[in-house]
Amino acid sequence: MDLSIGSPLTIGLILGVVIITAALLITVERRLLGFWQERLGPNRVGWFGSLQVVADMIKIFTKEDWIPPFADKFSFVVAPGIIMTVVLLSFAVIPFSPNLGVIDSNIGVLFVLAMASLGAYSVMLGGLSSDNKYALLGSLRAAAQMISYEVFMGISLLGVIALTGSFNLREIVESQSDGWYIVPQFIGFVIFLIAGVAESHRLPFDIPEAEQEICAGYHTEYSGMKFGMFFVAEYIGLVLISSLITVLFFGGWLGPDFLPSVAWFAIKAFGFIAFFILMRAAVPRPRYDQLMTYGWLFLLPLSLLNLLVTGAIILST
Amino acid sequence: MKTAVNTSANSEFAPNLLVGLREEFEQRILAWQTTSDNMPTIWVDRKDLTSILIYLRDKAEPRFEMLFDITAIDERVRVHRLGQPESEFSVVYHLMSFSGNRDFRIKVPLMDADLNIPSVVSLWPSANWYERETWDMFGINFEGHPNLYRIVLPPTWEGHALRKEHPARATEMEPFSLEDEKAEEEQNALLFNPEEWGMKRESENSEFMFLNLGPNHPSVHGAFRIAVQLDGEILVDAVPDIGYHHRGAEKMGERQSWHTYIPYTDRIDYLGGVMNNLPYVMAVEKMAGIEVPERVKTIRIMLAEMFRICSHLLFYGTFAQDVGQLSPIFYMFVERERIFNIIESICGARMHPGWFRIGGVAQDLPEGWESRVRELLDFMPPRIDEYDKMVLNNGILKRRTQGVGAYSTQQAFDWGVTGAGLRATGFEWDFRKNRPYSGYENFEFDVPIAVNGDCYDRCAVRVEEMRQSLRIIKQCVDNMPSGHYKADHPLTTPPRKEKTMEDIETLINHFLSVSWGPVIPPTEVTMAIEGTKGINSYYLVSDGSTTSYRTRIRTPSFAHLQMIPEISRGFMVADLIAIIASIDFVMADVDR
Repeated sequence: MDLSIGSPLTIGLILGVVIITAALLITVERRLLGFWQERLGPNRVGWFGSLQVVADMIKIFTKEDWIPPFADKFSFVVAPGIIMTVVLLSFAVIPFSPNLGVIDSNIGVLFVLAMASLGAYSVMLGGLSSDNKYALLGSLRAAAQMISYEVFMGISLLGVIALTGSFNLREIVESQSDGWYIVPQFIGFVIFLIAGVAESHRLPFDIPEAEQEICAGYHTEYSGMKFGMFFVAEYIGLVLISSLITVLFFGGWLGPDFLPSVAWFAIKAFGFIAFFILMRAAVPRPRYDQLMTYGWLFLLPLSLLNLLVTGAIILST
Repeated sequence: MKTAVNTSANSEFAPNLLVGLREEFEQRILAWQTTSDNMPTIWVDRKDLTSILIYLRDKAEPRFEMLFDITAIDERVRVHRLGQPESEFSVVYHLMSFSGNRDFRIKVPLMDADLNIPSVVSLWPSANWYERETWDMFGINFEGHPNLYRIVLPPTWEGHALRKEHPARATEMEPFSLEDEKAEEEQNALLFNPEEWGMKRESENSEFMFLNLGPNHPSVHGAFRIAVQLDGEILVDAVPDIGYHHRGAEKMGERQSWHTYIPYTDRIDYLGGVMNNLPYVMAVEKMAGIEVPERVKTIRIMLAEMFRICSHLLFYGTFAQDVGQLSPIFYMFVERERIFNIIESICGARMHPGWFRIGGVAQDLPEGWESRVRELLDFMPPRIDEYDKMVLNNGILKRRTQGVGAYSTQQAFDWGVTGAGLRATGFEWDFRKNRPYSGYENFEFDVPIAVNGDCYDRCAVRVEEMRQSLRIIKQCVDNMPSGHYKADHPLTTPPRKEKTMEDIETLINHFLSVSWGPVIPPTEVTMAIEGTKGINSYYLVSDGSTTSYRTRIRTPSFAHLQMIPEISRGFMVADLIAIIASIDFVMADVDR
């Protein structure tokens, strides 16, 4: 049993756990939303609806996987693959515990940001290749939103990086043993949280797929497992953002000894996942231009200011 | 407390108005007609129509601000037309004066050989759809109309449905078949051609994108289509297309008996439930001369207000949902469900009880109804306050809806907007207050208004209306009069049972009334109420028979949808959704 960092078994284990967690989240989210919205949610399949995800998967795998005749076939097929690949690759650098992870990279933060940028291609290609006006509107919105919010996401992280002096996520966690970065980097945390929701385009920032406005946005024409990949990738993205917040601002695996470090990581990450789901239940969706204005006129100056102040404090001490 | 009854404002003809009219148009008025509702009704020739409409709109005292309705009557087989000029098709214009609180009806006689009449779209923009509908249904040509296409029937329809020779049932027609040739023809008729919709393909700088929103779209609340002309995401124009939900409710009125038509009215504004019965049964009662007991009036009001709350709750929830807030709709459905349970225990059905009867209601209130209704009065107010916190006070929702889709009171008059949409512009006018019907004059309640007339205000007005409805329901519970739940009148349908067993004559009457239905004396009447979505009125023409000769249903949603292009130009797609949501319509109410 080789469970060291980067061993094939570890990689397989992490891949499996991430995908299963994301799939389970579909049920968890529906149950939680049901709980918060005074209704039951899926409760028929299995114990308290726990097998709902299996039923969903059977359905989605056996559905006709239809490629519209007017679509650009190559990019239409490739698009859902891209998003799936990049979100899963991002997990490579996440440190789950002191000795659990895929790689221990010195450019971990940069790698995650690079993958997030590549994710924009997926929704853009998916929307454009569909040759559908709703999908076109969705992908235009997605491109603008993801590219804009990447900027603030990157800048909001620089405070943490400056404090640690490293791009290595593992070192970032270790440097928080004296205190989590949520305290000195609170503004950075808030901006990262907002940008994270925008990157994973979930409500309230699900503007690229705003159901009430543009049906399903960029994945309007998708069906079967190709749709399923967009769908699951969204949940994996949710796990990823929650993991990143845990690592960057909440001390990752750090916690009292009575629980193993992986458990601490999981508990914190799940807390954020639940928070994101609650947000979906609670907040209305801003308009596309309002989101852009908010980003460029408010978040950008704020994140720059945060970076400047952090820098000044580091230099002065 | 005022003791006026509905249309009493019309019962004494306004002296100034009529004197002025006589002076100006004495020679040109063909006839004065008396109707059961005492609404001034004149017949004029089509060449004088425009001038008399201009006079009534601009110079008359009081001025008639709103063109409430345009419709027509196929008079060719009508028997009782005493004192009316010769006519095969009469076009009926219904004007409304808010400043003078009265109505006016103008009829224009036309002959089948020459069905032409000048269009009045230039006077009231709202005339556009009404004229199209009249053309669609009767084949009356409105000269000078900008686009006289079919509006509720499909473009390939043959004939005009409300003409008397047009079949009313499928069994009167050939069996339907769809050959390849016809299928292709139908498909070609559906091809989108922006020019037909009055839109250009490109401007100097950009080529427009046409987005087909509907007939099936998550946010169009039924089968409703809007052809959207986009420059980027900015709306250049948005042309609504209706008719996907047309059931021919008015045609059905001509073959159902007066009594058996009641359940059809439930399904006009399908969120309004028994409130839809109210204008219909009141109109029939007016023609029959039935005075209903106080208890009936109060029961009717109580149920109508419960349905108003149900309808507003659904509006509130979907409004929040269309702005992207997912949860409120679920909370509001819980409330709605509780109210439906109460309604069910009273009427026996939930959404469409069809419970009002000509001259009364179907049954008396069940035992213990008070405690159940009091429960409603207890649980609702805190929940509405909670929703205020969640929806109306939400910052993002405010930014999404304030200043979006605003219009002024004058615009509302021009487009025939009534109900909360009119009150949101700051104009305090509620049918229940200004022309009390069914005993509303005995209740204390306020008419909420707002000032900006935007999406947010329309929502806020409706929320406050729910509170006022609760006040009215409370007064109903506290002061429910005793008495019978049916009027003691031979035309009450079904008649009071206990009298039928006394002698052979009442037994025969009962038998006829149940088997054929009541025979209503020949007359005409318009009865309007403050419906859930605006003013809902029934214009009934009786020819002294067991069925209606003509049933005209004027619904608020029809007029409201027509206004969409006017208030959505220059906004974004997301705003269009907010505007649609704020209008509060159901397509069954639009298409009938």
